[in-house]
Amino acid sequence: MLAFLSDVSQSLDAYLILAGVLFAIGAFGFLARRNAISMLMSIELMLNAVNLAIIGFGAFKPELNPSASVIALIVMAAAAAEATIGLAIVIAIFRNRKTPLVDEYDAMRQ
Amino acid sequence: MTLPETIPLLGIGWDDLLFLALAGVMLGSALLVVTLRDIIRCGLAMIVSFGALAGLYVLAGAPFVAGAQVLVYIGAISVLILFAIMLTQTKDAPSGLVFQTQAIPAGIAAIVLALILAITVTATDWSAAASRKWTWTGKPPEGQDGLGVAEALFRDYVLPFEVVSVLLLAAVIGGVFVAKRERPRVDEPEERG
Repeated sequence: MLAFLSDVSQSLDAYLILAGVLFAIGAFGFLARRNAISMLMSIELMLNAVNLAIIGFGAFKPELNPSASVIALIVMAAAAAEATIGLAIVIAIFRNRKTPLVDEYDAMRQ
Repeated sequence: MTLPETIPLLGIGWDDLLFLALAGVMLGSALLVVTLRDIIRCGLAMIVSFGALAGLYVLAGAPFVAGAQVLVYIGAISVLILFAIMLTQTKDAPSGLVFQTQAIPAGIAAIVLALILAITVTATDWSAAASRKWTWTGKPPEGQDGLGVAEALFRDYVLPFEVVSVLLLAAVIGGVFVAKRERPRVDEPEERG
């Protein structure tokens, strides 16, 4: 019945397409949401998509094997640093502007 | 009792079923993250998405990265984001518009991006990569167990590791400094959006 999906987990294409779709979802969220924290969550989705692509390559190319894991771990650490700073900036702006919506941050337009 | 080689009625292997289930959960909850109105639910859907992604890492033969994903993303970043949500939401924010005015062009651009990536991936010949990946035999693949990752991290990549530790320290100190409550001013304008 689903024979065309057999061996789907054994193909690099499946992992890379999955990562691409996840990245596109994150890009849409970053461009379309009004809430600053939603935009940060979308950035996290995009970083996770990149990590998934790296791990996928590491799973299919044995020479890359420990290096892919190490690169993914370093990307995670950078993502954690980015989330810390981003959320701190959002909280600092919220304290001044009393709104989390980015399209109301228009102080430099006036 | 041993499981059959392929699932009856479906004709696909167990690995494939697991991959499809995890991929479906991950993409579905990622879509919920970018479309739900209530931002707390967005954060909870993000946790589900990260959990399914950790399962995909295990399926790809990287159990150490999966453990780090659970610790860092589900344990730390999600909690940080949920705290920030509770600190910054006003009462009327959920009833307002979810998307900006350019949401439709953004959706079209995202669909085009996904299609371009999918076409590029399928059109590229990945024969330089191995055709079949590692499958579960009771232990992680060569170099992917804790010892292999530790040797790579602390021998070959020790300089990036140390740089990342300094980066994290700087980020933590900077985050505390930026989010620190300043002395309240009396002439602060009261704007509520």
